[in-house]
Amino acid sequence: MFTYYLNLALRSFRRNKALTALMVLAIALGIGASMTTLTVFHILSGDPVPTRSGELFYVQLDPEGMTGYTPGEEPAEQVTRFDAQTLLREKRGDRQAMMTGGSLAITPQKQGMSPFYGDARYTTADIFPMFDMPFLYGGGWSATEDERHARVAVIAKALNDKLFGGADSVGRTVRLDSDDFRIVGVLDQWRPTPRFYDMNSDRFGELEQVFVPFSTSRDLKMSRNGSMDCWGDAGSDPEGAAGVNAPCVWIQYWVQLGTPAKVDAYRRYLVNYSDQQRSSGRYERPTNVRLRSVMEWLDYNKVVPSDVRLQVWLAFGFLAVCLLNTVGLLLAKFLRRSGEVGVRRALGASRREIFMQCLVEAGVVGMAGGIVGLALAWLGLWAVRQQPASYAELAHLDPLMLLTTFVLAVGASLLAGVIPAWQAMQVTPAIQLKSQ
Amino acid sequence: MGRSYENRNEDSTMELRPILSTLLRHKTAAALIVLEIALSCAIVCNALFLIGNRIERINLVSGVAENEVVRVQLTGIGKDDNADALTRSDLATLRGLPGVKAATVTNQVPFVNSSWNTSVNMTKDQKQPTLGATVYMADSQFLDTLGPKIVAGRQFAPDEFIEWAALDAPDSKVSIPSVIITRSLADKLFPGQDAVGRSFYSWGDDPIRIVGVVDHLVRPSDQGGPAAHEYSMVFPINVPYSLGGNYLLRTEPGRRAEVLKAAVAALERNGPNRIILTDNTKTMEELRSAYYRADRAMVWLLVAVIVALLVVTALGIVGLASFWVQQRTKQIGVRRALGATKGQILRYFQTENFLLATVGIALGMLLAFGINQMLMGKYELPRLPLVYLPIGAVALWLLGQFAVFWPARRAAAVPPAVATRSV
Repeated sequence: MFTYYLNLALRSFRRNKALTALMVLAIALGIGASMTTLTVFHILSGDPVPTRSGELFYVQLDPEGMTGYTPGEEPAEQVTRFDAQTLLREKRGDRQAMMTGGSLAITPQKQGMSPFYGDARYTTADIFPMFDMPFLYGGGWSATEDERHARVAVIAKALNDKLFGGADSVGRTVRLDSDDFRIVGVLDQWRPTPRFYDMNSDRFGELEQVFVPFSTSRDLKMSRNGSMDCWGDAGSDPEGAAGVNAPCVWIQYWVQLGTPAKVDAYRRYLVNYSDQQRSSGRYERPTNVRLRSVMEWLDYNKVVPSDVRLQVWLAFGFLAVCLLNTVGLLLAKFLRRSGEVGVRRALGASRREIFMQCLVEAGVVGMAGGIVGLALAWLGLWAVRQQPASYAELAHLDPLMLLTTFVLAVGASLLAGVIPAWQAMQVTPAIQLKSQ
Repeated sequence: MGRSYENRNEDSTMELRPILSTLLRHKTAAALIVLEIALSCAIVCNALFLIGNRIERINLVSGVAENEVVRVQLTGIGKDDNADALTRSDLATLRGLPGVKAATVTNQVPFVNSSWNTSVNMTKDQKQPTLGATVYMADSQFLDTLGPKIVAGRQFAPDEFIEWAALDAPDSKVSIPSVIITRSLADKLFPGQDAVGRSFYSWGDDPIRIVGVVDHLVRPSDQGGPAAHEYSMVFPINVPYSLGGNYLLRTEPGRRAEVLKAAVAALERNGPNRIILTDNTKTMEELRSAYYRADRAMVWLLVAVIVALLVVTALGIVGLASFWVQQRTKQIGVRRALGATKGQILRYFQTENFLLATVGIALGMLLAFGINQMLMGKYELPRLPLVYLPIGAVALWLLGQFAVFWPARRAAAVPPAVATRSV
């Protein structure tokens, strides 16, 4: 029966080429626009570390003074260096790391290459196993090297390609600012999207080129990037706002906690820590801590740009208009064939069969619209890739989105076919036959 | 001709009733057209409003002589203990270049997403800051280079400039001697009063006295939202190049490329061990253009959506109207045979479409406000100004009339003889 309906549908398309083309085009435009925006949304709202995101938590404390305090407001988005170093020393999580962004001059030893500026991350040993970062050669540094303020570095694959032509560079040296560092590891291609661990710089940018122990970066006064909030003077600290006791938040602190029980215990530990700090006079505000998982942290930071969300709404609004349009055209098409329907009904076709026949026709239109829409989405994503945004290059269709396209296209056109099919089904054979 | 003109006057009242009764018999199709027009109208109104917002943002006045200023950014390799002296010699060299009218070094630059912000208080021990503003640190040629005009008070006096190193030193006792602020900030802090001579608290514990007000000076970033986009203050602080690494030069519009090239070469000669960040070394116009690129892309996207929506809606109207014409061919033939003119048939379909469009537009306006409410909640947009509603309405009325014209003309062309034939 299905093939017969399909046959009827194809014949009807041939009879009404312009109308059919119009419907296919309308659905294709709607689907193309929706899939383009939905794919971008899907990429930007994805899980950046699927293997670990359930176990990673971001720590927030509230170390600020009472000036500007509003009860119930969120605590500071980063932690102070003092707090980060204390939490790190007390090691209450499975793994933990403090970090901040920075940038430094990289001087190649190759002849004829001039120094260039690159992004860096100043952090501690656990970051590599904790984030499950893949290594091409070597590995991360150890906690001992953190304590010794060692001149060691882990470099990204891109930098290794640039400086050493992709060779195993473990044990070789790289000049960062004005000091030599020993390379202990080379990372493989890794691009968490969004770059969840630091919300202050480009949220969809590439991985930093160099990783250096935090302690070493402070010894050498390497320049830092990102956001720093201070609520008082750094006083006599020679390191200024980046000093251990400076009243400034500028460090991101991540902790890995394997079980829900550990998460609860860690939250209690943070509350205790905060209470202690207040009783010792360091904190002034009531205890207000947060321990957010990766996805909660991304959500809290509204990581998907509002323009992208707006575009999804816009595209689906457009799809709705296209579908209404299709409903109207299908209605016109089916009712125009009232005579044919009357004959089929008189020859014994049930209402259900007429209904199914119309739905098959609608579904085929949807399928065709889906195929053209896919081409349009592909074109749309190409256009997105030409945009200056840092996530642009990531905008590609994946299998899931491919499937979604067809489900959406066929589903939407079947939905659009219901009312017209219902109306066609109501055609009374007697009246139609008489008027002929 | 004269007769048909008279007829038209009678028509308008006569034809509404048959149109309404026909529409009531085709409820589904009529409802579809109404819904499609309503949805299009709502989306078009909101999209136009978003376009208006973006264009307003793209065209914000910066106060900067954008077509005359170029920026060079550089950074030292490692810690430069001699940065202050090198900065002074850099500036002397830059100011001596042919074509350079003025040159300055500053901590931050408009249209670059990196900024220094601080709170502003009216009293010393205020619990909640009055507002947040951005801090430009300026040497003696800052205003001359960038271009903001003093509208009240004066420029900084030569003895007011302090050194960044002295201010930043541990346990520093140096305070900010004076400040120049924008008119926007002055109006916010001292509404209806003269701000010159007044003081506020910001960096340090001492009050900072306002000595001058400039017409415009935009914040580097969008911090604080649209209302705060000119909350800028200028402190008289000589910064070393190591603080942001921004050299700004002013020249004639036609000599910018030449000056930029000469400045880069001069800076490379003047101090070794520095890296010119070529990606950030640009004219102010290029910086501005890059800063608003996403907004421009959004405007074009919205325009494309509006055009596509209108085209799809028009095609939908054409499709359904043609269907109606075909369905009513016999009825039209009978009316023609009974003496209706071509013009009357044409106007019948035009009036029908006008009625449908009107209902659709009325619904669409309600929907437009609904969508706007949702956007306001989600994206911090202002309320949809009423002026966008008539624009959307007129657009859809015109679109409807335009779309229905072709099917209506075909209807008018139906010969009276059809009435005598069976279809």
